[in-house]
Amino acid sequence: MGTVSVFVDKAFKSGVLNGEQPGAVLPPDKLWESKKNGLVIIECPQRIPCNPCNTSCPAGAVKPFEDINDLPSVDYAKCTGCALCVATCPGLACFVVDLSFSNERALIKLPYEMLPLPDPGDEVECLDRVGEAVGPGRVEAVLEPLKDSTKVLVVSVKKNLILDVRAVRAVN
Amino acid sequence: MPLIDRHPVLSFKHGRKVEFTFDGKKMQGFEGEPIAMALHSEGVRIYRETPEMKRPRGFFCAIGKCSSCFMLVDDVPNVRTCVTPLREGMRVCTQRGKGAVLPMEGEQ
Amino acid sequence: MNEKHSEIQEAEILVIGGGAAGLSAAAEAASAGAGVLVLESDLHLGGQLVKQTHKFFGSKDEYAGTRGFLIAGKLLEELSAYPDKVKTMTNTAAMGYYKNDGVVTAMRGEEEYFKLKPKRIVMATGAQERLIAFPNNDLPGVYGAGAVQTLMNVYGVSPGDRVLMVGAGNIGLIVSYQLIQAGVSVVGILEAMPNIGGYWVHAAKIRRLGVPILLRHTIRAALGSETVQGALVESLATGERFQLDCDIICMAVGLTPTAEMLWQAGCAMKYIPELCGHVPVRNKRQRTTHEDFWIAGDAAGIEEASAAMIEGRVAGLDAAASLGYSVDENRFDVFAERLNSLRRGDTAAKIRSGLEKVVAA
Repeated sequence: MGTVSVFVDKAFKSGVLNGEQPGAVLPPDKLWESKKNGLVIIECPQRIPCNPCNTSCPAGAVKPFEDINDLPSVDYAKCTGCALCVATCPGLACFVVDLSFSNERALIKLPYEMLPLPDPGDEVECLDRVGEAVGPGRVEAVLEPLKDSTKVLVVSVKKNLILDVRAVRAVN
Repeated sequence: MPLIDRHPVLSFKHGRKVEFTFDGKKMQGFEGEPIAMALHSEGVRIYRETPEMKRPRGFFCAIGKCSSCFMLVDDVPNVRTCVTPLREGMRVCTQRGKGAVLPMEGEQ
Repeated sequence: MNEKHSEIQEAEILVIGGGAAGLSAAAEAASAGAGVLVLESDLHLGGQLVKQTHKFFGSKDEYAGTRGFLIAGKLLEELSAYPDKVKTMTNTAAMGYYKNDGVVTAMRGEEEYFKLKPKRIVMATGAQERLIAFPNNDLPGVYGAGAVQTLMNVYGVSPGDRVLMVGAGNIGLIVSYQLIQAGVSVVGILEAMPNIGGYWVHAAKIRRLGVPILLRHTIRAALGSETVQGALVESLATGERFQLDCDIICMAVGLTPTAEMLWQAGCAMKYIPELCGHVPVRNKRQRTTHEDFWIAGDAAGIEEASAAMIEGRVAGLDAAASLGYSVDENRFDVFAERLNSLRRGDTAAKIRSGLEKVVAA
């Protein structure tokens, strides 16, 4: 029987982000490059009734919502890269990218609610927005900020991958 | 199909393991959990056969509404196995046809 | 009929359905001082909440950020504060309503029948799954999405090895994610519409795990003789047909409100496509045109659990008020505003338009 791999639809309307748009913007380059601990990228381009990114942010970096359906908007001057929103967001739409990790590699802090759970030091397969493997990553830390089963994996990847990697698959 | 033994979010608390039979074959399940779930975990997919077309039917809605999982349980036909708790020693059988109504006590 | 059940049980407020809406209604009515009996047809309380492993959207008032199954626990904890007021019966289904004397008949288990005579009734009966027509759609292995959730998330039984999901609304998207969490592979999601119907973030979550969403595709047949062994799929854009290898076909093609008893009660009903079926005309406090009946949750129109919980509170509070219990009228305004904010988003446009047709001023 046939497989569906030939049907990979990368359209926005099927849940794949294409470039920047309202509710999914990148931090300003200059600030981002030097910011220790990284800055958040929120990929939430649809108005839905949801505000935990705002209410959970200890730094006040996710700007207050006038309406609970507002798209999130970030005051990057305030973001500390703490990744609490990564752990909190019900849509798993928050990612922190830390470009200050090393010259060649950046850290991505991403949400993880699957098994097996990799250990620090493990190599993982990095996946893009349609689940295609784009290169290896190394798990630098496994956090569980809210102690609620949503893990935040801190994964180092080559810097050219930061705009693509949005999930990982454990390979052990 | 096996039980899920590891899950990233959920932990499953099962009750006492009990024995029951399916079409005479010994099986195990958890007391108080629906009969349909025990059967499914033992790999049983066909729960009854339709009266007219003799088609296989199994699990479907799991909320006691659709009649797909009707079975003969301890000689009682049309038992909604998705919402009927499993008890030790239950005799569960594939239901063929509509199932006969048992005579009341004292009736012939 | 068993002798001991021939007497009629009385109840101030009968809540039919112990899910998100029903438990909220019971909590609210009990907090106002009313006696409440909750009937739940399943073996446990919590309705659909107990199957949800994902964190809820909404605001803190709707437990945003808390996983669904934990919200069920919170509602039950709230109810436990009123042990003298709230009684619950599981494995008990309300079967019928008799308009001439206001009697409700109920069935516990498969054999035990009894009668109830409540003063007020809150219908929180939820919804049932739709099925679409295709050859072999009755084959074992074609399962409702809610049933798959019950199997794997409540009882820890793996539904199968390879699942084809039909429908990319929130349920199809969420259950796909839950299947992967349970270690089951999802071969793809079919969606006949040119867009996903559920939240975009739910789709993004499973796309990045490699699950394809085939827009403008539908199922034409389940393959197999005794059980499902595959599916015949068709592209609605090109007409091309192909087979997919799967042992479970999970149907998430929508829900329809369960409110049969309201017909028996003679409530004014309307067919509202946006709310996914026949629903009762009601006022802003969820009261139907039959003055003893309130409606809340999916039975009032298919929506999110967050809204169901608020509707339940409105119904429970108003039913208690109608019995003469003193309630804080401001709470109705608070609940109304919370419902309004949940319904202001892009995906709620349908709900807004549906409610306009069925909520009397």
